[in-house]
Amino acid sequence: MSGILVFALHYEGAYNKNSLGGVSEAAKLAGELGAEAHAVVVGDVSDELAAQLGNYGVTKVFRAKDVPEGLAQPVVDVMAKVMDDNGHEYALFGGGLLGFEIAAGLAARLNAGVTMEVTQVNVVDGKLEAERPIHGDSSISTSKYKDRGIIIGRLNAFETAAPTDAGAEVEDIEIELSPFSTKATMVQRGEARGEDIDIEGANILVAGGRGLGKPEGFELCEALADALGGAVAATRAVVDAGWYPYSTQIGQTGKTVSPKLYLAAGISGAIQHKVGFQSSENIVAINKDSNAPIFEYSDLGIVGDLNKILPKLTEAVKAKKG
Amino acid sequence: MKICVLVKEVPDAAVEKRINPQTGRMERGGERNLNPYDTHAIEAAMQVREGDEVDVDEIVAVTMGPATAVRALHKAVSLGADRSVHLSDDALAGSDVAATGYALAKVLERESPDLVLLGQQSDDGECYTIGAVVADHLQMPSLTQVIKMDVTKGKLRCERQAEYGYDTVEIELPAVISVGDAINEPRYPSLKAIMGAKKKPLDAVAIGDVGIEADAVGEAGSRVVCGEFKPPAQKAAGEIIEDEDTNETVEKIIAWLDERKLLA
Repeated sequence: MSGILVFALHYEGAYNKNSLGGVSEAAKLAGELGAEAHAVVVGDVSDELAAQLGNYGVTKVFRAKDVPEGLAQPVVDVMAKVMDDNGHEYALFGGGLLGFEIAAGLAARLNAGVTMEVTQVNVVDGKLEAERPIHGDSSISTSKYKDRGIIIGRLNAFETAAPTDAGAEVEDIEIELSPFSTKATMVQRGEARGEDIDIEGANILVAGGRGLGKPEGFELCEALADALGGAVAATRAVVDAGWYPYSTQIGQTGKTVSPKLYLAAGISGAIQHKVGFQSSENIVAINKDSNAPIFEYSDLGIVGDLNKILPKLTEAVKAKKG
Repeated sequence: MKICVLVKEVPDAAVEKRINPQTGRMERGGERNLNPYDTHAIEAAMQVREGDEVDVDEIVAVTMGPATAVRALHKAVSLGADRSVHLSDDALAGSDVAATGYALAKVLERESPDLVLLGQQSDDGECYTIGAVVADHLQMPSLTQVIKMDVTKGKLRCERQAEYGYDTVEIELPAVISVGDAINEPRYPSLKAIMGAKKKPLDAVAIGDVGIEADAVGEAGSRVVCGEFKPPAQKAAGEIIEDEDTNETVEKIIAWLDERKLLA
């Protein structure tokens, strides 16, 4: 059998959007392979929540109730056992931090091939092949697997299917964790730092990154966002540094947005940030470094000092709008 | 306590990039340097040493790569490592992530560190995953993207941002930790440290020295076959303005936004 096993991340009674994308993609690919896709969930998952994954196309859900949530290595133990016991040839992840960690550990454990940041998976001669953009998205490389393959999707690469009411069989499994998998303990999970700001509904976003130089640099972004009638967003780097609230973070581990205008100030535009806003209608970048990757995909790029440009731009927008 | 820091040489980001018109691929100049993300890992090691909680006997920089990778080790030593280990062997060429992680784990096994630190990613495309691969081979607990790390005897208390906000995780040592770039501001090396770096011990090892199986690394040992490069769907290149006269630049931005009805 050549099935696909997919990990579904849940929190507070709901699945992660990328996990549902991964589950849908695995089910679609399994159909093309003439095989089945199955899912793994760990921790406190109700029968109903577990079976829900069947609505996105998997035929069976393996549930490991006693395994701690939010840590990668225990899930590696679970997935390695399920794959060995059931002969799955592939594992697939929708992306996200835990997905990367679990997939990498699983590749080591199973001596399997692993590809990250995958944007498309194709079935060729009864095998999966993964396409991955490399070198700042300037080229696409194809991965083939000698035997078992592990595929980690790029954020939002896999579309979530329209749910059916198919449901799935839920099988509880007992796992003996590896000794080292029990040496990490979650003390506190999911702490939101800073105030809760809704940026997902905004038509215009002014985003700030490290290039703002200091936390106060965000005042320039706020003034411009006010003038444009938009909201302010941030990169992971500045959120981790405590400059701006977590709720405004765009990118790999943050939110995904597609506003009419995304104006990026002092943002280099690394892939981890790009994936969170690349479907915006118009992308404007202001950065003093002409080599910044963001200029390779912005619609309008301004090479210059944001401290000079942003205040004048704010005044000009106000004057124009009257 | 002994800390090993995994480092890597990558193309220097400051070197101008250009697209090769024949292949459509991005090319960078030949200069290579220490991966900037790795400097945060070295700094984290230095801060553990300078803290009061534990005694750090030794900080060892470890890399795998061709002869040129020695430069990255010199830089790592100038930033504070006491010595370095360079795994280099023709048999390693073409290793994928899993094979690279296995090879590095074999080097680390010989060093038997209490803590392995590495940067969150490398600038040349690979990869957030190497720490987790190494940890599985070493059978150590592991965490990536750590932005705060407190060390006490035998234990780490780490904070990192995951899918649902910030997590705090306690980990028993020995452990493998990849640090995020928000964890610290790496110091600049002193001139004296730069000059002295080449005199610090550098241990060059081949695969046989650390018990790496030749058929588990390189192209033969890799489980992924990469190839068939093709150009992505091209997005039309955007307009670029070099800001010389800011009033003029702002006028152009306003006109551009207005044309797209974004100032309504």
